[in-house]
Amino acid sequence: MSAAKNININLKIWRQKNASSKGSMETYKLDNVSTASSFLEMLDQLNEQLVNEKKEPVAFDHDCREGICGMCSLYINGRAHGPDTGITTCQLHMRMFNDGDTIYIEPWRSKAFPVIKDLVVDRSAFDRIQQAGGFVSVNTSGNTIDANSIPVPKDDADKAFMAAACIGCGACVATCKNGSAMLFVGAKVSQYALLPQGKVEATQRVLNMVRQMDEEGFGNCTNTGACEIECPKGISLENIARMNREFLKASVK
Amino acid sequence: MALTGLFLCLFLAGHLAGNLQLIFGTSLQFNEYALFMTTNPAVKILSYLTYISILFHAIDGILLTFQNKAARPIGYAKTDGSSSSFASRNMAVLGTIILVFIVTHMVNFWAKMHFDESMPLQETVVESPMGELTLYNTVNGSYVNKEAVEVRNVTDFYDPQLNLKVGQGYKDLHKITFEFFKDEKFGLIFTLGYVLAMLAMAFHLWHGFQSAFQSLGATGSKLTPAIKLFGKLFSVIVPLLFAIIPIYIHFSK
Ligand code: HEM
Ligand code: SF4
Ligand code: FES
Repeated sequence: MSAAKNININLKIWRQKNASSKGSMETYKLDNVSTASSFLEMLDQLNEQLVNEKKEPVAFDHDCREGICGMCSLYINGRAHGPDTGITTCQLHMRMFNDGDTIYIEPWRSKAFPVIKDLVVDRSAFDRIQQAGGFVSVNTSGNTIDANSIPVPKDDADKAFMAAACIGCGACVATCKNGSAMLFVGAKVSQYALLPQGKVEATQRVLNMVRQMDEEGFGNCTNTGACEIECPKGISLENIARMNREFLKASVK
Repeated sequence: MALTGLFLCLFLAGHLAGNLQLIFGTSLQFNEYALFMTTNPAVKILSYLTYISILFHAIDGILLTFQNKAARPIGYAKTDGSSSSFASRNMAVLGTIILVFIVTHMVNFWAKMHFDESMPLQETVVESPMGELTLYNTVNGSYVNKEAVEVRNVTDFYDPQLNLKVGQGYKDLHKITFEFFKDEKFGLIFTLGYVLAMLAMAFHLWHGFQSAFQSLGATGSKLTPAIKLFGKLFSVIVPLLFAIIPIYIHFSK
């Protein structure tokens, strides 16, 4: 890896005062950005500059800054979480960019993810989909069975674990030309559909989660596959196919 | 979408087998086939299923596309198409091209076959002691002298003196097709239009074939690669063979 150096960049960033204002792309110049810094650190540096200039800093989502919480978002140069695959924006580094580059930064665009301010969008639609069916019933009357005492075939356990890796970031929705949430919902449905613990609510789960997904205003999946490529956690299209199977099964029951 | 799409793929394969007789069969064989296709009751049922499928598929596809557009009311300032294929992003445009083609195609051939009162009939020219003689072929394999009969109700041969039906002829769709693509003024344009429509079809199926199985949840580690391979072969070979026919006709002597 080449040594870190400093680069000067141009930024085109979506600025929007609040949910009801119109918003527009604004241009900023930022000098002396270390290529060793993360993308979010670069935005911190920009905000410091804006505060020093007595301007409103750019609002953006972030929390863990280590790729596990799913809070950071950002549509960077036409791609969810920017160039590079299998990463969240907090894991994106400035070494992916060159001196003099112009970088576009936009919020996730979806009817179901309204902008709250600047680059921050409201992803509570995902929470409501989870609440509609993303749970299992557990006997808590004193004779709760330890999960590990229920045998699960290794292959199923692995697939459920891979589905459970979804961090609910919304990159799949942001990148999908249809603004579809099928990869997210497919992962959540699969995670339970593959395990014995999930069988009890299986029929209702898939119907309720899909209904909620449609009510939130997400688009329909046409299998373009962009979600799978942009997902930071490698959730595969197979989860959507599994949800489709579960949905068909539940619909004819 | 998936069921109608796959049914239409079956239709395409059948339709292609018939059309290939324009190259590999005699005009009589082709016209026999055309008569069979317009009169056989089993084929009638299939053809109604096909009309319904095309209508449903097109309407469903257009509704789907509008819903999906509505799921992203504000678009991105910068987009990058690298995470999905051209065909998958343009299914509705490709489908609309196919729809326009289907309508013109039906006006040019299907409507003529069904409703044109002045369809030419299959003829055979033979050498006789009296010189060249033009005969009409009849559907039961015999011939009637063109000079000796009167044609009524498009295909019925009548003895004018006795006022009796003496046979029934084949509509010469073969001739109509050859004249269409060999037309001095427009033959080349019609041929090019046909080829372009087949190009759109190839792209539509390049994405659509495997997409249908994903939509139905019919996936698996062995099944999916096989379907993808078959779909790619199908989407190239079938439109290509369709397209060769008008090219062959246009340049034939
Ligand atoms: C003979 C003609 C046609 C064939 C064989 C065909 C085949 C298919 C297949 C197999 C699919 C995939 C279904 C799925 O993913 O569930 C599909 C999707 C689609 N078709 Fe067609 N189609 C034809 C004509 C049309 C027409 C006339 C339209 C009209 C506008 C159209 C518009 C669409 C759309 C919008 C989609 C869904 C988008 C997608 O899955 O990406 N198609 N088609
Ligand atoms: S499926 Fe992937 S892209 Fe979609 S919300 Fe989950 S982690 Fe994010
Ligand atoms: S800030 Fe937690 S995943 Fe990026």
